[in-house]
Amino acid sequence: MIRLEKVDKTYRTRRGDLVHAVADITLEVRENEFVTLVGPSGCGKSTLLKLVAGLVPASQGTIRVRDEVVRGPFPDVGFLFQHPVLLPWRTVFDNVMFSIEMLGLESRSYRARARELLSLTGLAGFDTKYPRELSGGMQQRVAICRALIHDPGLLLMDEPFGALDAMTREEMSLELLRIWEDRRKTIFFVTHSIPEAILLADRVVVMTPRPGRIARVLEIDLPRPRSVELEFDERFKAYSHAIRSDIFAPRTDREYATLA
Amino acid sequence: MPRSLSRFARDYLLPTGTLVAVLVLWEVAYRVFKIPRFIVPAPSAIIAETWEWRFRLVEHTWVTLYETLAGFGLSIAVGVPLAVLIVYSPVLRNALYPLIVVTQSVPKVAIAPVLLLVLGHGEASKLVVAFLVAFFPIVVDTATGLAATPEELLDLSRSYRTSQLKTFVKVRFPMALPFFFSGLKVAITLALIGAVVGEFVGSDKGLGYIILSATSYWKADLAFGAIFLLSLMAIVLFALVALVERLVCPWYAAEQQQ
Repeated sequence: MIRLEKVDKTYRTRRGDLVHAVADITLEVRENEFVTLVGPSGCGKSTLLKLVAGLVPASQGTIRVRDEVVRGPFPDVGFLFQHPVLLPWRTVFDNVMFSIEMLGLESRSYRARARELLSLTGLAGFDTKYPRELSGGMQQRVAICRALIHDPGLLLMDEPFGALDAMTREEMSLELLRIWEDRRKTIFFVTHSIPEAILLADRVVVMTPRPGRIARVLEIDLPRPRSVELEFDERFKAYSHAIRSDIFAPRTDREYATLA
Repeated sequence: MPRSLSRFARDYLLPTGTLVAVLVLWEVAYRVFKIPRFIVPAPSAIIAETWEWRFRLVEHTWVTLYETLAGFGLSIAVGVPLAVLIVYSPVLRNALYPLIVVTQSVPKVAIAPVLLLVLGHGEASKLVVAFLVAFFPIVVDTATGLAATPEELLDLSRSYRTSQLKTFVKVRFPMALPFFFSGLKVAITLALIGAVVGEFVGSDKGLGYIILSATSYWKADLAFGAIFLLSLMAIVLFALVALVERLVCPWYAAEQQQ
Protein backbone atom coordinates (compact mmCIF):
# COMPACT_ATOMS: atom_id res chain seq x y z
CA MET A 1 0.00 0.00 0.00
CA ILE A 2 2.68 2.47 1.04
CA ARG A 3 6.25 2.10 -0.04
CA LEU A 4 8.94 4.49 1.09
CA GLU A 5 12.37 4.22 -0.48
CA LYS A 6 15.37 6.02 0.99
CA VAL A 7 13.22 8.98 1.87
CA ASP A 8 14.99 12.02 3.22
CA LYS A 9 13.50 15.32 4.25
CA THR A 10 15.25 18.54 5.07
CA TYR A 11 13.21 21.68 5.48
CA ARG A 12 13.82 25.28 6.30
CA THR A 13 12.07 26.82 9.28
CA ARG A 14 10.56 30.29 9.11
CA ARG A 15 13.63 31.63 10.82
CA GLY A 16 15.74 30.17 8.06
CA ASP A 17 17.34 27.27 9.91
CA LEU A 18 17.73 23.99 8.09
CA VAL A 19 16.18 21.02 9.84
CA HIS A 20 17.02 17.49 8.85
CA ALA A 21 13.74 15.88 9.84
CA VAL A 22 13.97 12.32 8.60
CA ALA A 23 16.79 10.39 7.03
CA ASP A 24 16.99 7.30 4.88
CA ILE A 25 13.52 5.92 5.55
CA THR A 26 12.78 2.70 3.75
CA LEU A 27 9.55 1.05 4.76
CA GLU A 28 6.66 -0.85 3.33
CA VAL A 29 3.15 -0.84 4.75
CA ARG A 30 0.86 -3.58 3.54
CA GLU A 31 -2.78 -3.23 2.56
CA ASN A 32 -5.06 -3.16 5.65
CA GLU A 33 -2.11 -3.24 7.96
CA PHE A 34 -2.04 -1.27 11.20
CA VAL A 35 1.41 0.25 11.55
CA THR A 36 2.35 2.48 14.45
CA LEU A 37 5.27 4.82 14.46
CA VAL A 38 6.84 5.49 17.82
CA GLY A 39 9.75 7.70 18.76
CA PRO A 40 10.80 10.64 20.88
CA SER A 41 9.39 14.12 20.26
CA GLY A 42 10.88 15.80 17.25
CA CYS A 43 11.98 12.63 15.49
CA GLY A 44 10.10 13.59 12.35
CA LYS A 45 7.11 11.30 12.87
CA SER A 46 4.62 13.94 11.82
CA THR A 47 6.81 14.94 8.89
CA LEU A 48 6.72 11.34 7.74
CA LEU A 49 2.91 11.39 7.76
CA LYS A 50 2.84 14.59 5.75
CA LEU A 51 5.28 13.08 3.28
CA VAL A 52 3.06 10.04 2.79
CA ALA A 53 0.00 12.30 2.36
CA GLY A 54 1.84 14.31 -0.28
CA LEU A 55 1.43 17.50 1.73
CA VAL A 56 5.17 18.11 1.67
CA PRO A 57 7.60 16.86 -0.97
CA ALA A 58 10.48 14.58 -0.06
CA SER A 59 13.96 16.00 -0.44
CA GLN A 60 15.21 12.65 -1.64
CA GLY A 61 13.84 9.19 -2.29
CA THR A 62 10.43 8.13 -3.52
CA ILE A 63 7.11 7.49 -1.87
CA ARG A 64 4.56 5.26 -3.53
CA VAL A 65 0.98 4.72 -2.51
CA ARG A 66 -0.71 1.88 -4.35
CA ASP A 67 2.25 1.76 -6.76
CA GLU A 68 1.80 5.38 -7.72
CA VAL A 69 4.50 7.88 -6.93
CA VAL A 70 3.16 10.51 -4.55
CA ARG A 71 3.67 13.95 -6.09
CA GLY A 72 1.03 15.90 -4.22
CA PRO A 73 -2.00 15.51 -1.98
CA PHE A 74 -4.49 12.80 -2.89
CA PRO A 75 -7.99 12.42 -1.48
CA ASP A 76 -7.97 8.68 -0.74
CA VAL A 77 -6.78 9.49 2.75
CA GLY A 78 -8.39 10.20 6.10
CA PHE A 79 -6.67 12.35 8.69
CA LEU A 80 -6.80 12.33 12.44
CA PHE A 81 -4.80 14.86 14.41
CA GLN A 82 -3.95 15.34 18.04
CA HIS A 83 -6.75 17.86 18.32
CA PRO A 84 -10.14 17.16 16.78
CA VAL A 85 -10.10 20.54 14.93
CA LEU A 86 -13.84 20.48 14.32
CA LEU A 87 -15.59 23.54 12.95
CA PRO A 88 -17.33 25.16 15.94
CA TRP A 89 -20.16 26.62 13.85
CA ARG A 90 -21.19 23.26 12.46
CA THR A 91 -23.22 20.58 14.17
CA VAL A 92 -21.73 17.15 14.76
CA PHE A 93 -23.47 15.85 11.65
CA ASP A 94 -22.31 18.72 9.46
CA ASN A 95 -18.78 18.30 10.77
CA VAL A 96 -18.82 14.71 9.59
CA MET A 97 -20.15 15.85 6.21
CA PHE A 98 -17.35 18.41 5.97
CA SER A 99 -15.11 15.92 4.13
CA ILE A 100 -17.82 15.24 1.58
CA GLU A 101 -18.38 18.93 0.90
CA MET A 102 -14.70 19.70 0.64
CA LEU A 103 -14.20 16.79 -1.74
CA GLY A 104 -17.04 18.14 -3.85
CA LEU A 105 -19.04 14.91 -3.57
CA GLU A 106 -22.81 14.61 -3.64
CA SER A 107 -23.90 15.16 -0.01
CA ARG A 108 -27.15 13.33 -0.33
CA SER A 109 -25.58 9.97 -1.00
CA TYR A 110 -23.44 10.14 2.14
CA ARG A 111 -26.02 11.18 4.72
CA ALA A 112 -27.02 7.65 5.65
CA ARG A 113 -23.38 6.69 5.93
CA ALA A 114 -22.70 9.64 8.23
CA ARG A 115 -25.51 8.49 10.54
CA GLU A 116 -24.21 4.95 10.46
CA LEU A 117 -20.69 6.10 11.40
CA LEU A 118 -22.04 8.25 14.21
CA SER A 119 -23.83 5.31 15.73
CA LEU A 120 -20.79 3.07 15.17
CA THR A 121 -18.75 5.50 17.27
CA GLY A 122 -21.43 5.80 19.93
CA LEU A 123 -22.60 9.23 18.87
CA ALA A 124 -26.12 8.35 17.79
CA GLY A 125 -28.46 11.10 18.91
CA PHE A 126 -25.72 13.71 18.99
CA ASP A 127 -26.10 14.78 15.32
CA THR A 128 -27.51 18.19 16.11
CA LYS A 129 -25.16 19.00 18.98
CA TYR A 130 -22.30 21.42 18.57
CA PRO A 131 -18.66 20.48 19.25
CA ARG A 132 -18.53 22.66 22.38
CA GLU A 133 -21.28 20.52 23.91
CA LEU A 134 -19.14 17.38 23.65
CA SER A 135 -16.23 16.11 25.72
CA GLY A 136 -12.74 15.91 24.22
CA GLY A 137 -13.12 12.17 23.62
CA MET A 138 -16.46 12.60 21.88
CA GLN A 139 -15.08 15.38 19.71
CA GLN A 140 -12.31 13.07 18.63
CA ARG A 141 -14.92 10.44 17.74
CA VAL A 142 -16.57 13.02 15.48
CA ALA A 143 -13.17 13.59 13.89
CA ILE A 144 -12.89 9.82 13.34
CA CYS A 145 -16.25 9.86 11.54
CA ARG A 146 -15.08 12.80 9.43
CA ALA A 147 -11.95 10.84 8.51
CA LEU A 148 -13.95 7.75 7.55
CA ILE A 149 -16.97 9.21 5.77
CA HIS A 150 -15.48 9.19 2.28
CA ASP A 151 -14.21 5.66 2.85
CA PRO A 152 -10.51 6.31 2.25
CA GLY A 153 -8.13 3.40 1.84
CA LEU A 154 -5.53 4.99 4.04
CA LEU A 155 -5.83 6.54 7.48
CA LEU A 156 -3.08 8.80 8.73
CA MET A 157 -3.18 9.49 12.43
CA ASP A 158 -0.92 11.94 14.18
CA GLU A 159 -1.05 11.24 17.94
CA PRO A 160 -4.83 11.28 17.77
CA PHE A 161 -5.33 10.43 21.44
CA GLY A 162 -2.39 12.45 22.75
CA ALA A 163 -4.53 15.26 24.13
CA LEU A 164 -6.95 12.99 25.98
CA ASP A 165 -6.75 11.88 29.59
CA ALA A 166 -5.29 8.42 30.23
CA MET A 167 -8.62 6.64 30.70
CA THR A 168 -10.33 8.14 27.68
CA ARG A 169 -7.20 7.43 25.73
CA GLU A 170 -7.31 3.71 26.47
CA GLU A 171 -11.01 3.59 25.70
CA MET A 172 -10.47 5.37 22.37
CA SER A 173 -7.64 3.02 21.39
CA LEU A 174 -9.86 0.01 21.88
CA GLU A 175 -12.67 1.79 20.09
CA LEU A 176 -10.42 2.47 17.12
CA LEU A 177 -9.41 -1.19 17.05
CA ARG A 178 -13.04 -2.21 17.09
CA ILE A 179 -13.84 0.08 14.16
CA TRP A 180 -10.79 -1.14 12.33
CA GLU A 181 -11.78 -4.81 12.83
CA ASP A 182 -15.19 -3.88 11.46
CA ARG A 183 -13.92 -2.12 8.34
CA ARG A 184 -10.32 -2.79 7.56
CA LYS A 185 -8.10 -0.01 6.32
CA THR A 186 -4.43 0.69 6.14
CA ILE A 187 -3.56 2.75 9.19
CA PHE A 188 -0.37 4.67 9.72
CA PHE A 189 -0.46 5.83 13.31
CA VAL A 190 2.03 8.12 15.01
CA THR A 191 2.34 8.09 18.78
CA HIS A 192 4.87 8.66 21.50
CA SER A 193 3.22 6.20 23.83
CA ILE A 194 4.97 2.86 23.68
CA PRO A 195 2.09 0.81 25.17
CA GLU A 196 -0.33 2.42 22.73
CA ALA A 197 1.98 1.63 19.83
CA ILE A 198 2.14 -2.05 20.80
CA LEU A 199 -1.52 -2.43 21.71
CA LEU A 200 -2.72 -1.21 18.33
CA ALA A 201 -0.19 -2.40 15.83
CA ASP A 202 0.57 -5.24 13.53
CA ARG A 203 4.01 -3.72 13.32
CA VAL A 204 5.71 -1.00 15.31
CA VAL A 205 8.25 1.22 13.61
CA VAL A 206 10.68 2.63 16.14
CA MET A 207 12.39 5.88 15.26
CA THR A 208 15.49 7.57 16.61
CA PRO A 209 15.77 11.28 17.47
CA ARG A 210 16.38 13.87 14.77
CA PRO A 211 17.11 13.22 12.09
CA GLY A 212 14.55 10.45 12.43
CA ARG A 213 15.79 7.11 11.23
CA ILE A 214 14.18 3.74 11.56
CA ALA A 215 15.85 2.00 14.48
CA ARG A 216 13.79 -1.14 14.27
CA VAL A 217 10.60 -2.57 12.85
CA LEU A 218 8.91 -4.84 15.32
CA GLU A 219 6.37 -7.45 14.27
CA ILE A 220 3.75 -7.58 17.06
CA ASP A 221 2.65 -11.14 17.48
CA LEU A 222 -0.26 -10.73 19.85
CA PRO A 223 -3.76 -12.15 19.30
CA ARG A 224 -6.64 -9.97 18.16
CA PRO A 225 -9.08 -8.67 19.24
CA ARG A 226 -6.87 -7.07 21.82
CA SER A 227 -7.63 -5.67 25.23
CA VAL A 228 -5.74 -3.65 27.79
CA GLU A 229 -5.04 -6.82 29.82
CA LEU A 230 -2.43 -7.60 27.20
CA GLU A 231 -0.19 -5.07 28.90
CA PHE A 232 0.46 -7.69 31.59
CA ASP A 233 1.43 -10.29 28.98
CA GLU A 234 5.11 -11.23 29.02
CA ARG A 235 5.45 -10.71 25.27
CA PHE A 236 3.97 -7.24 25.59
CA LYS A 237 6.56 -6.40 28.24
CA ALA A 238 9.34 -7.78 26.08
CA TYR A 239 8.23 -5.62 23.12
CA SER A 240 7.99 -2.62 25.35
CA HIS A 241 11.46 -3.23 26.68
CA ALA A 242 12.92 -3.64 23.21
CA ILE A 243 11.37 -0.38 21.99
CA ARG A 244 12.47 1.49 25.06
CA SER A 245 16.05 0.38 24.69
CA ASP A 246 16.04 1.40 21.02
CA ILE A 247 14.78 4.85 21.77
CA PHE A 248 16.93 5.50 24.79
CA ALA A 249 20.09 3.80 23.52
CA PRO A 250 23.08 6.11 23.96
CA ARG A 251 23.75 8.06 20.85
CA THR A 252 27.31 6.84 20.44
CA ASP A 253 26.11 3.25 20.31
CA ARG A 254 23.66 4.06 17.61
CA GLU A 255 26.14 5.98 15.56
CA TYR A 256 28.46 3.05 15.87
CA ALA A 257 25.66 0.77 14.74
CA THR A 258 24.92 2.83 11.64
CA LEU A 259 28.60 2.90 10.77
CA ALA A 260 28.98 -0.85 11.12
CA MET B 1 -36.93 33.09 41.29
CA PRO B 2 -34.71 34.92 43.76
CA ARG B 3 -31.50 34.00 41.95
CA SER B 4 -32.38 35.55 38.62
CA LEU B 5 -33.78 38.50 40.53
CA SER B 6 -30.47 39.05 42.29
CA ARG B 7 -28.74 38.75 38.93
CA PHE B 8 -31.07 41.34 37.48
CA ALA B 9 -30.29 43.59 40.43
CA ARG B 10 -26.57 43.10 39.96
CA ASP B 11 -26.54 43.60 36.20
CA TYR B 12 -29.08 46.41 35.79
CA LEU B 13 -30.37 47.92 39.01
CA LEU B 14 -26.97 48.52 40.54
CA PRO B 15 -25.41 50.48 37.65
CA THR B 16 -28.66 52.38 36.97
CA GLY B 17 -28.95 53.24 40.65
CA THR B 18 -25.37 54.49 40.70
CA LEU B 19 -26.03 56.68 37.68
CA VAL B 20 -29.16 58.18 39.21
CA ALA B 21 -27.32 58.78 42.49
CA VAL B 22 -24.52 60.61 40.64
CA LEU B 23 -27.05 62.79 38.80
CA VAL B 24 -28.91 63.63 42.01
CA LEU B 25 -25.63 64.44 43.77
CA TRP B 26 -24.66 66.62 40.84
CA GLU B 27 -27.93 68.50 40.93
CA VAL B 28 -27.68 68.99 44.70
CA ALA B 29 -24.06 70.16 44.52
CA TYR B 30 -24.99 72.59 41.76
CA ARG B 31 -27.70 74.13 43.91
CA VAL B 32 -25.84 74.05 47.22
CA PHE B 33 -22.51 75.41 45.94
CA LYS B 34 -24.15 77.72 43.40
CA ILE B 35 -21.88 76.64 40.57
CA PRO B 36 -22.11 79.07 37.62
CA ARG B 37 -24.24 77.64 34.82
CA PHE B 38 -21.64 78.33 32.12
CA ILE B 39 -19.05 76.17 33.91
CA VAL B 40 -21.03 73.10 34.89
CA PRO B 41 -24.77 73.18 34.30
CA ALA B 42 -27.21 71.16 36.38
CA PRO B 43 -28.62 67.94 34.90
CA SER B 44 -32.07 69.55 34.91
CA ALA B 45 -30.76 72.49 32.88
CA ILE B 46 -29.06 70.15 30.41
CA ILE B 47 -32.27 68.21 29.93
CA ALA B 48 -34.29 71.39 29.47
CA GLU B 49 -31.84 72.88 26.98
CA THR B 50 -31.55 69.64 25.02
CA TRP B 51 -35.32 69.45 24.79
CA GLU B 52 -35.45 73.04 23.63
CA TRP B 53 -32.98 72.29 20.85
CA ARG B 54 -34.34 68.86 20.02
CA PHE B 55 -35.14 69.41 16.32
CA ARG B 56 -31.82 71.04 15.51
CA LEU B 57 -29.97 68.41 17.55
CA VAL B 58 -31.62 65.57 15.65
CA GLU B 59 -30.45 67.10 12.38
CA HIS B 60 -26.87 67.39 13.62
CA THR B 61 -26.96 63.91 15.16
CA TRP B 62 -27.99 62.62 11.77
CA VAL B 63 -24.95 64.23 10.11
CA THR B 64 -22.50 62.79 12.64
CA LEU B 65 -24.16 59.39 12.38
CA TYR B 66 -23.86 59.46 8.61
CA GLU B 67 -20.17 60.42 8.73
CA THR B 68 -19.47 57.71 11.29
CA LEU B 69 -21.29 54.95 9.43
CA ALA B 70 -19.88 55.91 6.05
CA GLY B 71 -16.34 55.99 7.46
CA PHE B 72 -16.97 52.68 9.21
CA GLY B 73 -18.37 51.11 6.04
CA LEU B 74 -15.41 52.32 4.04
CA SER B 75 -13.01 50.91 6.63
CA ILE B 76 -14.65 47.49 6.28
CA ALA B 77 -14.62 47.70 2.49
CA VAL B 78 -10.91 48.51 2.48
CA GLY B 79 -9.79 46.71 5.65
CA VAL B 80 -11.08 43.22 4.91
CA PRO B 81 -9.56 42.86 1.40
CA LEU B 82 -6.33 44.30 2.78
CA ALA B 83 -6.32 41.69 5.55
CA VAL B 84 -6.91 38.93 2.99
CA LEU B 85 -4.04 40.16 0.83
CA ILE B 86 -1.71 40.37 3.81
CA VAL B 87 -2.50 36.85 4.95
CA TYR B 88 -2.33 35.21 1.54
CA SER B 89 0.72 36.93 0.11
CA PRO B 90 3.96 37.16 2.10
CA VAL B 91 5.27 39.69 -0.42
CA LEU B 92 2.29 41.99 0.08
CA ARG B 93 2.51 41.48 3.82
CA ASN B 94 6.07 42.75 3.81
CA ALA B 95 5.17 45.56 1.43
CA LEU B 96 1.97 46.77 3.11
CA TYR B 97 2.22 46.04 6.79
CA PRO B 98 4.84 48.66 7.67
CA LEU B 99 2.87 51.20 5.65
CA ILE B 100 -0.33 50.43 7.51
CA VAL B 101 1.47 50.78 10.83
CA VAL B 102 2.88 54.12 9.68
CA THR B 103 -0.61 55.41 8.87
CA GLN B 104 -1.51 54.55 12.44
CA SER B 105 1.43 56.35 13.96
CA VAL B 106 0.35 59.62 12.34
CA PRO B 107 -1.98 61.39 14.82
CA LYS B 108 -5.34 61.76 13.10
CA VAL B 109 -5.98 65.10 14.78
CA ALA B 110 -2.81 66.34 13.12
CA ILE B 111 -3.74 65.35 9.59
CA ALA B 112 -7.40 66.35 9.87
CA PRO B 113 -6.66 70.00 8.88
CA VAL B 114 -4.74 68.79 5.84
CA LEU B 115 -7.62 66.51 4.86
CA LEU B 116 -9.95 69.46 5.21
CA LEU B 117 -7.74 71.41 2.86
CA VAL B 118 -7.89 68.64 0.27
CA LEU B 119 -11.48 67.44 0.67
CA GLY B 120 -13.16 70.62 1.73
CA HIS B 121 -15.44 71.56 4.58
CA GLY B 122 -18.14 69.01 3.85
CA GLU B 123 -18.83 65.52 5.12
CA ALA B 124 -16.18 63.84 2.96
CA SER B 125 -13.30 65.03 5.10
CA LYS B 126 -14.96 63.74 8.32
CA LEU B 127 -15.76 60.45 6.70
CA VAL B 128 -12.12 60.03 5.72
CA VAL B 129 -10.87 60.81 9.24
CA ALA B 130 -13.36 58.27 10.60
CA PHE B 131 -12.13 55.75 8.03
CA LEU B 132 -8.48 56.36 8.87
CA VAL B 133 -8.93 55.63 12.56
CA ALA B 134 -11.33 52.73 12.08
CA PHE B 135 -9.66 50.62 9.40
CA PHE B 136 -6.57 49.68 11.40
CA PRO B 137 -8.22 47.44 14.01
CA ILE B 138 -10.27 45.83 11.23
CA VAL B 139 -7.18 44.98 9.18
CA VAL B 140 -5.19 43.73 12.15
CA ASP B 141 -7.95 41.67 13.74
CA THR B 142 -9.21 40.17 10.48
CA ALA B 143 -5.66 39.27 9.46
CA THR B 144 -5.05 37.69 12.86
CA GLY B 145 -8.29 35.75 12.53
CA LEU B 146 -7.48 34.52 9.03
CA ALA B 147 -4.05 33.40 10.19
CA ALA B 148 -5.54 31.63 13.21
CA THR B 149 -7.01 28.71 11.26
CA PRO B 150 -5.40 25.57 12.68
CA GLU B 151 -2.68 24.19 10.41
CA GLU B 152 -4.41 20.80 10.55
CA LEU B 153 -7.57 22.13 8.92
CA LEU B 154 -5.52 23.64 6.11
CA ASP B 155 -3.68 20.33 5.65
CA LEU B 156 -7.02 18.57 5.59
CA SER B 157 -8.35 20.91 2.92
CA ARG B 158 -5.20 20.50 0.88
CA SER B 159 -5.38 16.74 1.08
CA TYR B 160 -8.94 16.93 -0.25
CA ARG B 161 -7.54 19.10 -3.05
CA THR B 162 -10.11 21.74 -2.23
CA SER B 163 -9.64 25.06 -4.02
CA GLN B 164 -8.22 28.00 -2.07
CA LEU B 165 -11.46 29.89 -2.59
CA LYS B 166 -13.60 27.11 -1.17
CA THR B 167 -11.24 26.68 1.78
CA PHE B 168 -11.51 30.41 2.38
CA VAL B 169 -15.30 30.41 2.26
CA LYS B 170 -15.87 27.23 4.24
CA VAL B 171 -13.04 27.35 6.75
CA ARG B 172 -10.83 30.40 7.00
CA PHE B 173 -13.38 33.17 6.81
CA PRO B 174 -15.87 31.70 9.30
CA MET B 175 -12.91 30.91 11.57
CA ALA B 176 -11.87 34.58 11.38
CA LEU B 177 -15.36 35.99 12.05
CA PRO B 178 -15.06 36.38 15.85
CA PHE B 179 -11.77 38.24 15.32
CA PHE B 180 -13.35 40.35 12.59
CA PHE B 181 -16.16 41.32 14.94
CA SER B 182 -13.85 42.24 17.78
CA GLY B 183 -12.13 44.53 15.27
CA LEU B 184 -15.50 45.97 14.27
CA LYS B 185 -16.39 46.73 17.88
CA VAL B 186 -13.23 48.76 18.32
CA ALA B 187 -13.64 50.33 14.88
CA ILE B 188 -17.19 51.59 15.34
CA THR B 189 -16.23 53.48 18.49
CA LEU B 190 -13.14 54.89 16.83
CA ALA B 191 -15.10 55.90 13.72
CA LEU B 192 -17.36 58.07 15.83
CA ILE B 193 -14.36 59.69 17.50
CA GLY B 194 -12.84 60.27 14.06
CA ALA B 195 -16.01 61.93 12.78
CA VAL B 196 -16.16 64.27 15.79
CA VAL B 197 -12.46 65.12 15.45
CA GLY B 198 -13.10 65.98 11.82
CA GLU B 199 -16.00 68.21 12.85
CA PHE B 200 -13.88 69.95 15.47
CA VAL B 201 -11.30 70.90 12.88
CA GLY B 202 -13.77 72.65 10.66
CA SER B 203 -17.42 72.22 9.89
CA ASP B 204 -20.82 73.82 10.18
CA LYS B 205 -22.73 70.61 10.89
CA GLY B 206 -22.68 67.70 13.29
CA LEU B 207 -22.59 67.24 17.04
CA GLY B 208 -18.88 68.10 17.16
CA TYR B 209 -19.72 71.44 15.61
CA ILE B 210 -22.53 71.95 18.16
CA ILE B 211 -20.17 71.28 21.08
CA LEU B 212 -17.60 73.68 19.70
CA SER B 213 -20.00 76.51 18.91
CA ALA B 214 -22.06 76.06 22.11
CA THR B 215 -18.98 76.35 24.30
CA SER B 216 -17.80 79.42 22.43
CA TYR B 217 -21.14 81.03 23.35
CA TRP B 218 -20.79 79.85 26.99
CA LYS B 219 -23.72 77.50 26.47
CA ALA B 220 -22.30 74.57 28.47
CA ASP B 221 -25.74 72.99 28.91
CA LEU B 222 -26.18 72.56 25.17
CA ALA B 223 -22.63 71.23 24.86
CA PHE B 224 -23.39 68.66 27.55
CA GLY B 225 -26.57 67.71 25.72
CA ALA B 226 -24.57 67.07 22.55
CA ILE B 227 -21.99 65.06 24.51
CA PHE B 228 -24.79 62.98 25.94
CA LEU B 229 -26.16 62.32 22.45
CA LEU B 230 -22.70 61.32 21.22
CA SER B 231 -22.31 58.86 24.08
CA LEU B 232 -25.73 57.46 23.41
CA MET B 233 -24.85 57.05 19.75
CA ALA B 234 -21.60 55.27 20.65
CA ILE B 235 -23.43 52.87 22.96
CA VAL B 236 -26.19 52.12 20.46
CA LEU B 237 -23.74 51.56 17.59
CA PHE B 238 -21.57 49.29 19.72
CA ALA B 239 -24.60 47.33 20.87
CA LEU B 240 -25.75 46.95 17.25
CA VAL B 241 -22.38 45.52 16.20
CA ALA B 242 -22.46 43.17 19.20
CA LEU B 243 -25.98 42.10 18.21
CA VAL B 244 -24.96 41.38 14.62
CA GLU B 245 -22.00 39.41 15.95
CA ARG B 246 -24.29 37.25 18.03
CA LEU B 247 -26.56 36.65 15.06
CA VAL B 248 -23.72 35.86 12.66
CA CYS B 249 -21.59 33.72 14.96
CA PRO B 250 -23.84 32.32 17.68
CA TRP B 251 -21.36 29.51 18.33
CA TYR B 252 -18.82 32.03 19.53
CA ALA B 253 -21.18 33.73 21.97
CA ALA B 254 -22.11 30.31 23.33
CA GLU B 255 -18.43 29.42 23.77
CA GLN B 256 -17.80 32.67 25.63
CA GLN B 257 -20.60 31.92 28.04
CA GLN B 258 -19.15 28.56 29.02
